[in-house]
Amino acid sequence: MSAAETRADITDNREGMSYLDTLPRRVVTVYIPLFLIMFVLLFPFYWMGLTAVKPKEELIDFERANPFWTWAPTFEHIYDLIFKTEYPRWLWNTMFISVVSTILALIASVFAAYAIVRVRYKGASTVGGLIFLSYLVPPSILFIPLSTVVYQYGLFDTPFALILTYPTILIPFSTWLLMGYFKTIPFELEECALIDGASRFQILMKIVLPLAVPGLISAGIFCLTLCWNEFIYALTFINTHANKTVPVAIVTAFTDGDQYRWGSLMAGALVGSLPLVILYSFFVEYYVSAMTGAVKE
Amino acid sequence: MTDAALPQSRRAPMREVTAWDRLKTNRNWLGFWFMVPAAAFLILFLAYPLGLGIWLSFTDTRIGRPGVFVGIENYEWVLGDSKFLDSVFNTLFYTTIASIAKFAIGLYLAILLNHHLPFKAMIRAIVLIPFIVPTVLSAIAFWWIFDPTFSIISWTLKEMGWRTTNINFLGDAWNARWSVIFANVWRGVPFIAITLLAGLQTVPPSLYEAATLDGATRWQMFRYITYPLLTPIIAVVMTFSVLFTFTDFQLIKVLTNGGPAGATELMATMSYNTAILGGKIGEGAAISTAMIPFLLGAIMISWFGLQRRKWQQGED
Repeated sequence: MSAAETRADITDNREGMSYLDTLPRRVVTVYIPLFLIMFVLLFPFYWMGLTAVKPKEELIDFERANPFWTWAPTFEHIYDLIFKTEYPRWLWNTMFISVVSTILALIASVFAAYAIVRVRYKGASTVGGLIFLSYLVPPSILFIPLSTVVYQYGLFDTPFALILTYPTILIPFSTWLLMGYFKTIPFELEECALIDGASRFQILMKIVLPLAVPGLISAGIFCLTLCWNEFIYALTFINTHANKTVPVAIVTAFTDGDQYRWGSLMAGALVGSLPLVILYSFFVEYYVSAMTGAVKE
Repeated sequence: MTDAALPQSRRAPMREVTAWDRLKTNRNWLGFWFMVPAAAFLILFLAYPLGLGIWLSFTDTRIGRPGVFVGIENYEWVLGDSKFLDSVFNTLFYTTIASIAKFAIGLYLAILLNHHLPFKAMIRAIVLIPFIVPTVLSAIAFWWIFDPTFSIISWTLKEMGWRTTNINFLGDAWNARWSVIFANVWRGVPFIAITLLAGLQTVPPSLYEAATLDGATRWQMFRYITYPLLTPIIAVVMTFSVLFTFTDFQLIKVLTNGGPAGATELMATMSYNTAILGGKIGEGAAISTAMIPFLLGAIMISWFGLQRRKWQQGED
């Protein structure tokens, strides 16, 4: 009983003074603006999904049927996409490249973050600052020199061109995030292990990492979405159609002269974003903590 | 730290500290080994290309042909090109308007979400979706929404009787500018709103209660409580926002490809067209190097914002 009361107290405090607002006032000042903003934010996705299942003749005919709905949904576009184009291959490329570069970036950042926070070698804080600065270097000013570098290393037009360059976007962010997580792990735990004769590597593997799992998930999810979203490197470094990632392939593939194949385009965009959205829906909290954590640090 | 050298009763007498032991246990060497993977990536694929880009901008490199040093010739050529000056104007216009709009709407949305709402967690998750979906894929949706003949917006306005003709969203210079800004704001607002919301949630409600007792108005509460406490987060978020809006590439490439007649050409798309499509690596590198001073400006602003936070928290 008393537990329930305390609980109610807490929620009351969290509510702040909003009980002072009357319902009509809240409807006008909160619910209506919120609804409008959410509508604008979500409408493009509704439109994307609707176009992906609309029959071809309804797509460009707004006179006979209301364009906001369709009574004859069809999987024609999605079928065409999967069986008549190289789309599955592109999707596989995107997943493969994103997952491998996320793993590479996480391994590199775990070691770097641990060294900066806990080994505290000479100049660790300077290195931390430099890593933060490298976060601020956007791909748009790097892709021209990188394309010559990629060519020199013989990586041009291979998945490795992207697998090796994406971690440069991911490492600064995830190192910074993991540094925050490692700082919260009590130092005493490590001291005990050190006295028991564990090496730094063992401490990292057996004590720090298990405690930092939420941080790893956050960083991993965020890295995965960044890779999936990446466009300029994929556009510049990959030439062969079959090696492209979804965002690049879809923009270059579905244009038949002047008449764009809107159904296939939208189906492609929908299928390309669904895996991310599903993944995100399972890990919303981790994702948000990654996003806000990186900013707060 | 010297665990390897500790004598143990059952073991042979203490052995010499070898160079290998030192490499394993010395703080600085350990740090060095731990940093190797990250440093390798960042030096090979970030620091080196950054320097190389600045060097390339002083050479006449073409695709497939190494160049020689030509001094500031590329910069002279670029500055004499009216298309480049247009792209600088477009980039500044795009960044300024989009950032201000993103900040205003993002802060407003954050304040709305900070109210006590039913299904709060779900609403927050939904708001972030535009940020999750790859930019290019949502840009394709906007491409279709902004279609000159089959735009759903034009159709709705015509049905409601507010217009008689279709709106030429991406075919007219100013329409195209506003359309890409709209798409950019649409994509950027969720990030700003959710990060500012995280900041808002750290503001203690008791401050507002105290202010109410003192008779403060809503605007005063925002101006003298919310805003000062949020400045550090605002500084960081807006730096990132400005940085990535300034160097935006994907949205423009998909929606207008710089058109119509260069009206939405940004510096990033222009450097791509010059260097990769036109093959003039040197000139393209000069254009992208020209973005660096602007980016440094944005970072400096954020840095001073952070300084102010330190002052507020009482750290020297």
